[in-house]
Amino acid sequence: MSEVKYIPKSKLAKWFDSRLPLLTLAHHLQSYPTPKNLNYWWTFGGILTFCLITQIITGLVLAMHYVAHVDHAFESIEHIMRDVNYGWLIRYVHANGASMFFLAVYIHIFRSLFYGSYKSPREVIWIIGLLIYILMMATAFMGYVLPWGQMSFWGATVITNLFTAIPIVGESITTWLWGGYSVDNPTLNRFYSLHYLLPFLIFGLVILHIWALHVPGNNNPTGIDVKKNSNETMPFHPYMVMKDLLALLLFLIVFLWFVFFAPNVLGHPDNYIEANPLVTPSHIVPEWYLLPFYAILRAIPSKLGGVIFMFAAIFILMLLPWLDTSKVRSAVFRPIYKKFFWVLVFAVILLGYLGAKPPEGIYLILSRLATAYYFIHFLILLPLLGRYEKTDPLPMSISDPVLDKPGVLDKAKKAASEYEGENVGSFK
Amino acid sequence: MSKEIKPKRRDFLFTATYAIGAIGVGSAIWPLVDQMNPDSSVKALSTTEVDVSSVEPGKTITVLWRGKPIFIRRRTKKEIDEAASVDLKDLKDPEKDSDRAKNPEWLVMVGVCTHLGCVPLGEKGDYKAWFCPCHGSHYDTSGRVRKGPAPKNLEIPKYEFVDTNTIKIG
Repeated sequence: MSEVKYIPKSKLAKWFDSRLPLLTLAHHLQSYPTPKNLNYWWTFGGILTFCLITQIITGLVLAMHYVAHVDHAFESIEHIMRDVNYGWLIRYVHANGASMFFLAVYIHIFRSLFYGSYKSPREVIWIIGLLIYILMMATAFMGYVLPWGQMSFWGATVITNLFTAIPIVGESITTWLWGGYSVDNPTLNRFYSLHYLLPFLIFGLVILHIWALHVPGNNNPTGIDVKKNSNETMPFHPYMVMKDLLALLLFLIVFLWFVFFAPNVLGHPDNYIEANPLVTPSHIVPEWYLLPFYAILRAIPSKLGGVIFMFAAIFILMLLPWLDTSKVRSAVFRPIYKKFFWVLVFAVILLGYLGAKPPEGIYLILSRLATAYYFIHFLILLPLLGRYEKTDPLPMSISDPVLDKPGVLDKAKKAASEYEGENVGSFK
Repeated sequence: MSKEIKPKRRDFLFTATYAIGAIGVGSAIWPLVDQMNPDSSVKALSTTEVDVSSVEPGKTITVLWRGKPIFIRRRTKKEIDEAASVDLKDLKDPEKDSDRAKNPEWLVMVGVCTHLGCVPLGEKGDYKAWFCPCHGSHYDTSGRVRKGPAPKNLEIPKYEFVDTNTIKIG
C-alpha cells in the first residue's frame, strides 16, 4: 500500500485516528488504486460481498422462525412460507441467494483462471479464496438439510456416508458427525448450529481475502504489473464503486427473476416431502453447484477412490499457483492455454450436466473422460505449457493495447476538446 | 567442533510447562469433541423386539432400529437355494449364506446400502433381491453385493430369536 500518508483534517479526527486509525482505513479503501483497464469480470468481488451479506441478513431473520427439531423443522418451514409476514419472500431470497452466490463465485474463480490472478504475488489471495469456497459448500450443504425434506435427509445421509470410506476410523467419524447411528435429530441440531456459525467465518476470511488483495493490488486483463499512483490507476471510489454497482444491478435482475418467477426451479420437488428414513427417493441429486464434484465421485468405480478423487478435485486447486509455471499471467497472451482454458470450462459444465444424470451407459463414460481431462489439465498440461508454450509479446503498459489501435488518440483529443463539464481546464 | 550443548534448567522448565499446558488444553477440548458422539438417550434405544409371526414366506418387513431400516425377510426355498449355491469366488465380499442367516429361512439385515447409505429396493435388480437406486448396487438373495460401487455386503446386525415368533435386534 504505497499511498500518500493520510492526515485527517479536523483536530477531533486527528485525535481519534491516532488512537484507532479507522479514518485511515476508510481513506485507504476509498483511494485504493485500481487498474483503469478492469473489465466487468472484475465486478464479481463486489457482487459476492453483496451475496454474503444478503445470506447473513435473510438467514438471521429465518432463524427467528425456524425450529431445528425433526418433529417441527419441516412444519416450521411451511409456517414460514404460509404464515410469517413476507416469510415466503425471505426464504426464497435465502434459498435462491445460495444459488446466486455460487453462480457468482464460479464466474469469479474462472475469471481468476483466465487472467492468471492466482499467480505470484497473489497466491495467498487465491488460497484464502478457495478456503472461502470450501466453507461455502459446507454451509450450503448444511443449510439444505435444515428443511428436513426427503432430499435434505438423503443428501445428508449420502454426504456424511462419504466419510465411511476412510479406512479404520471412517465409521467412528461418521457416528461422531451424526451423534447417533443414522442421520437424526442430533445431526439436524448440530448442522443448524454450524450453518449459523460458518457464514461468520466466511466473513472473516473475506476480510483477509481483501486485505491480501490490497497488498499487491488488483491483477488486470493484460496480467502485467501496474505502476501504482500513475495514470494507470484510478481511485476505487467513485470509479470502481459505480462500475460495481451497475454490475450488481444487472446481477440483481437475474437474482430476482429467480426469486419472483422461478423460485423452485433450482430445487427438487422431493424436498417438499417430509424426510422419511425408510424410503430413499428414486433419484438423489445434490444442488446444481455441487454436481461437477458429484459426477467425479460417481465416475470412479470404487468407494474410497471416488471420495479421494472428489476431494482431490478441490484441493488440487490449492496447488495451482505452482502447477502453472508460466510467467505470463493473462490468457490473452497465451494462445494455447487459452484453448485449454475453454476445454476446462466445457469439461466442468459437462460434469455438472452428468452429475444430474444416472451413472450408467454413455453418461458414465463421458463423466470418466471429463474427470480425466480435469486432472490432466491441472497436473500435466499446465506444467508442460509453462515450459513449452510460445506466448505472445506483452504490452509495455496497460494503456498500450488501447492506445495502439489506430485513431484512438485523435478520437480522445477530439472528445476532450468538446468536453464542457466540470474541471474543464484540466482537459484542455 | 562445538561441544554438545547441555540442556539448562530453564529448558527443562519450558518443556515441562509446554507439556502440561498441552495436556490441559487437550483435556479441555475433549468434552467439546466428545459431546458430538451418540448420547445416553440414543444409546438407550439400542434394542428392538419384533414380532414376526405374521410374515409369510417371500415377504419382507422393515422395522426401524437405531434410526436405520432393518429388513426381515422370510425367504422362499428357491431364494435359499440360490444364495447357498453361489461360488464364493464370484463374490466381492465373500461370505457364506449359512454365516449370514443362522436360520436359513430368516434373513435379518440392516437395510442400508454399504456404498453411501441409501435404502435398497426389495425384489429388484439383476438378482431379483435388492437394488440400490442411488448409485446402482445389486445385492443377491443373501444381501451380498454382486455388482456396483458398494464395497461390502449388507450388514447383519446382532440379533437373536427370543422365541419362535420374536426377534430381538441389538
